[in-house]
Amino acid sequence: MLLTIEGLTKRYPTGDLALDKVDLQVPAGQVMALIGPSGAGKSTLIRCVNRLVEPSAGRVQLDGVELTALGSAALRRARRRMGMIFQEYALVERLTVMENVLSGRLGYVGFWASWFRRFPRKDVEEAFRLLDRVGLAHMADKRADALSGGQRQRVGIVRALMQDPKLLLVDEPTASLDPKTSRQIMRLIVELCAERGLAAIINIHDVALAQQFARRIVGLRAGRIVFDGPAEELRAEALTDIYGEEDWSQTIRPAEEEDEAAEAAL
Amino acid sequence: MALLTRADGTPDWRRRTPKADLLVWAGWLGAVALTVACFQFISDRTIWAFVWDAPTQGADLVARMFPPRWSYASQLWKPLLDTINIATIGTALAILIGVPLAFLAAHNTTPSRLLVRPVVLFVIVASRSINSLIWALILVIILGPGMLAGILAIALRSIGFIAKLLYEAIEEIDSTQVEAVTATGASRPQVLGWAIVPQVMPAFAGISVFRWDINIREATVLGLVGAGGIGMQMQASINVLAWPQVTTIFVLILATVLVSEWLSARVRHAVI
Repeated sequence: MLLTIEGLTKRYPTGDLALDKVDLQVPAGQVMALIGPSGAGKSTLIRCVNRLVEPSAGRVQLDGVELTALGSAALRRARRRMGMIFQEYALVERLTVMENVLSGRLGYVGFWASWFRRFPRKDVEEAFRLLDRVGLAHMADKRADALSGGQRQRVGIVRALMQDPKLLLVDEPTASLDPKTSRQIMRLIVELCAERGLAAIINIHDVALAQQFARRIVGLRAGRIVFDGPAEELRAEALTDIYGEEDWSQTIRPAEEEDEAAEAAL
Repeated sequence: MALLTRADGTPDWRRRTPKADLLVWAGWLGAVALTVACFQFISDRTIWAFVWDAPTQGADLVARMFPPRWSYASQLWKPLLDTINIATIGTALAILIGVPLAFLAAHNTTPSRLLVRPVVLFVIVASRSINSLIWALILVIILGPGMLAGILAIALRSIGFIAKLLYEAIEEIDSTQVEAVTATGASRPQVLGWAIVPQVMPAFAGISVFRWDINIREATVLGLVGAGGIGMQMQASINVLAWPQVTTIFVLILATVLVSEWLSARVRHAVI
């Protein structure tokens, strides 16, 4: 098992219980979608994994290393293996695309090397290769704030991949994008995970997108896991468990339609 | 703010209740009465004959100031250069000390909110609360007259100014960019250099040239207390009632300030 979460609990100083004894396992190479209403604790869950948010209780293990027990230097080393992708891209706006991409290597280079932007040659080569892979090689020297939303998210993805991660933590990657770009970004993430054998936890509130791109779906409600199963098994009852009562008939993609689409593709 | 019920039972809305309205009007009345009373008080202590005489006196002074004595300018280039140097070196010194103070004071970068931050905030307030002319007065007594006193006076006043504006800028940065760089496994100094410094660069450039611009103007008066610069010449000229020379100094100061204003606008524009 790549990632093992046991009894993870987070209570904020305000008293809000964001996560309530969450148990979750993610095998290597699995792309998992985490769905749930706003405030269900999706963001908190992935931030507790790389400890941008400190969990109140529980254990998180990545590849046998207990993240929750690490000191700050060891935690920084462990964070290198977890790439993070953000909703609002979270690029450093005033730095160039290349600098943003190379910032994925910060955990591997010393302070002065990074201050003077002296990165190892293979890092720069890898940066060019990945930028080319996502179709942004010509933008390398542009400032990040000159890019469109979809382009920025691609840079965000490349930054995460530069870390040479085993796991991607993806926080609402499409929430600021239009439907077409959303699909392109989701497809890119899933493809890259397959190419590199990465596992991913993708927080997403668009149920249709989650079903389209993830094999496994986990539903979170009020800090507890209320659904965990393959995408095909996500039915109206499960969505009611996760989000509450609503007419779900139009949201779920019926299995037959999928088969027809597959046949049409053939 | 005030939901009322009309006689026929339908709801009505006004900004204030009638009672609150009355209070507001009473407040205005009180303010006007106080102003009139104060004017009366000041008027009683003013020698009006002098005030009525002011236009004549003013016209007389202006007449004696013109034409400016342009030949005096040849003696002013050196003090003018001193003034610019005092402002520039003083500002540079203030940046050198003020920038680290700003990072120690901002609540998102300070090493300790309980210990370091309050101490630094006190230093900033202390520096800001004393005008550079007063710093100069004190420093001239300690160091003797000259440019050094002027440079330090400018620096001591500017440290607080630069540190305060910069730490406010640091506190207003976008925290998700910081989060993103932290998530890569970067160390704290790396997060500072890669996520925080780029975000505050425009503010830093703006604050620095703005303070330099202010310091050029402040440095022109430091000479009045003996801390070097063109103010010394102004003091000397006023003492001997050489008004045409004073006019020449005014014109030179005005030109210098115009140039510094233009320069700082250019710098601010360049670093956005």
